[in-house]
Amino acid sequence: MEPSQEVLKVGKYQFTSRLFVGTGKYASWEEMRDAIEASGTELVTVALRRVNLNNPAEPSLLDFIPKQVRILPNTAGCHTADEALQVAELARASGIGDLVKLEVIGDDPLLWPDPVDTLKATERLAAAGFTVMVYTSPDPVLAMHLEKAGAAAVMPLGSPIGSGRGVLDTEAVLRIKERVSVPVVVDAGIGGPADAALAMEIGADAVLINTAIAKAKHPVAMARAMRLAVEAGRLGFLAGRMAPQPAASPSSPVEGMVAGR
Amino acid sequence: MQLTINGEERRVAEVDTVAALLDHLRVSHQAVAVMVNGAIVARERYAEYPVKERDVLEIVRFVGGG
Repeated sequence: MEPSQEVLKVGKYQFTSRLFVGTGKYASWEEMRDAIEASGTELVTVALRRVNLNNPAEPSLLDFIPKQVRILPNTAGCHTADEALQVAELARASGIGDLVKLEVIGDDPLLWPDPVDTLKATERLAAAGFTVMVYTSPDPVLAMHLEKAGAAAVMPLGSPIGSGRGVLDTEAVLRIKERVSVPVVVDAGIGGPADAALAMEIGADAVLINTAIAKAKHPVAMARAMRLAVEAGRLGFLAGRMAPQPAASPSSPVEGMVAGR
Repeated sequence: MQLTINGEERRVAEVDTVAALLDHLRVSHQAVAVMVNGAIVARERYAEYPVKERDVLEIVRFVGGG
């Protein structure tokens, strides 16, 4: 099946693009908008912060997000389940919908998810009717707990947020994929198109990318590169990779060689 | 009247509702969320939800993030 004909379901929402993108760190909102369009994404993350009362009329981020693209508010910056619940409820109160990217940090230098409060918050958000996409450490048992708690997607980090180091442990992603039935989205750490393609080729359902696009020398071109990489990786996964072999195997016939001198 | 808005004490004109306060602050009602004394105010209730002397408010909106 062509990737473009497949549908990815996250709770009640459906996506044909398997590339989710963030909206942070762009040099300008025009550049962000152009990158979003080039990426072909149907889901973008946003953060919730205080209005600047000294400049209340500044343009809204939402004005630069194409209308067909769904908004995924995050709980970035939260360190407890209580904080995350409050941010999620505020986001929903703004009228944006019930999707939330749950992010509860337990260690600031690594921006590593706090497994205990992430699990608690997942339970509470799911019970409150949110469609919860959960940023998590790449732990297979935690992923199973998160699914049981009501996560609509589990999103293991490939490597630390913003590090661009790629998917450091593909086995970890596979272990999670084998143990949960909700979508597995590699979130965080993608640095280049090869990383995105690898994540998809091993069977991730989608990837979420921010810094690798926003901080590329040419973000719009990188957005397109990521789109192609995600499609290539997904198609490669569907096509079924050959098994690695221990020795060489000639691709050309071994018989019918011209006579040697 | 005296309010605490987004962590800052501010003296503002007398207002009686969240909607009136947003107008006074020239903050668009679209795509913002408001909390008064820790309680989240649904958008549909801005026009009726009371703002009183010394209330503590949070007014938030969406920004770029990953």
